[in-house]
Amino acid sequence: MALLASLRRTGGIGLKRGGLFTREIQSFSLPELSYEYSALEPVISGEIMSLHHQKHHQAYVTNYNKALEQLEEASANKNSEAIVSLQSAVKFNGGGHINHSVFWKNLAPVKEGGGEAPNGGLAKAIDTQFGSLNALIVKMNAVGAALQGSGWVWLGLNKDLKSLIVETTPNQDPLVTKGLLPLLGIDVWEHAYYLQYKNVRPDYLKNIWKVINWKYAEGVYEEAAKP
Amino acid sequence: MSQQTFEFHWGKHHRAYVDTCNNLIKDTELENCMLEEIIKKTYNNGDPQPAFNSAAQAWNHEFFWECMKPQGGKKPKGEILELIEKDFDSYYEFLKEFKQAAATQFGSGWAWLVLKDDKLAIEKTPNALNPLVWGHVPLLTIDVWEHAYYLDYQNRRPDYISVFMNELVSWDAVTARLVKAKEASST
Repeated sequence: MALLASLRRTGGIGLKRGGLFTREIQSFSLPELSYEYSALEPVISGEIMSLHHQKHHQAYVTNYNKALEQLEEASANKNSEAIVSLQSAVKFNGGGHINHSVFWKNLAPVKEGGGEAPNGGLAKAIDTQFGSLNALIVKMNAVGAALQGSGWVWLGLNKDLKSLIVETTPNQDPLVTKGLLPLLGIDVWEHAYYLQYKNVRPDYLKNIWKVINWKYAEGVYEEAAKP
Repeated sequence: MSQQTFEFHWGKHHRAYVDTCNNLIKDTELENCMLEEIIKKTYNNGDPQPAFNSAAQAWNHEFFWECMKPQGGKKPKGEILELIEKDFDSYYEFLKEFKQAAATQFGSGWAWLVLKDDKLAIEKTPNALNPLVWGHVPLLTIDVWEHAYYLDYQNRRPDYISVFMNELVSWDAVTARLVKAKEASST
């Protein structure tokens, strides 16, 4: 039973000098939230959180693993056409997994610090580079509302220049594609807000700041500042 | 497709595209152009100008409403079926390919049945893009932006696509467009 179970998780078995071996395929899994689905209400409904995590993020994970499996097979077969064709599925689903994994940490229930303004180095950098926290929020909301189609609005860090940048990425492109480290991302795909806010994306953006977990962003910022 | 979806999709989303487009073309050379002309001009060979998004989306949605009718769907008859069977081997092959295109358009966008070089073809486009910019003739579309199906189907886009094809598609509208396209190309 145990051998069969482990075979399901791995790429299969083969013969090599010395006996049987199992090939490990990198397999990603859905991260758990550190709060209940309903914990962000009334800002984001439990229904949205549950669908967003269990259906949307899970689908990215499932399809990411599938794409990686196919990529491994294509590589083994030296099939260049397949390797290149699979890139878009890897980017889309892998990006979806990366982005949502950050997003869940960007949010926190109010009683666990959600919505509390940032402190320390990040707070200073925000004031210096944007004028004030409020100015940053206004900018991110404007940029997020104007994004056409599906995508994300980010507060990113250019590690080399040590500067904060408000940036967007389309679809599930992760922020790394713009050479930046994600401190804070807001999902503006319609699935992130539609059941509650319908077409009024600006209301979703206005409200989400009440549950933004600045502690996570501070942590990433401090870590990146280390030499 | 629920009444609630229509109230938001037509009453809010489509209306916003129309209003935005009108605001953007006001007091410009585009103001008195037909919508299709505005789309082609503002597409600007792939470097779209600001009005493109709302103009194209205004057109796409109007086209989409006309693609549906109550008690629609199922297998078509007549000329369109003949053409489908010629260019896709069978209706079921066409259906499979169309559903696949609609399901695999990453992010927001549309799936289309078009007439291209006198043959039927299936295309998918992101966001506001439509086949008019390539000179293809749209015959049928399905909106796969999440707002088109989220209230009724949530994440289950494939279910929405199946229902659209089984119960909503107006093959009469598709046939009428096909006839019109053939007349236009023969003159």
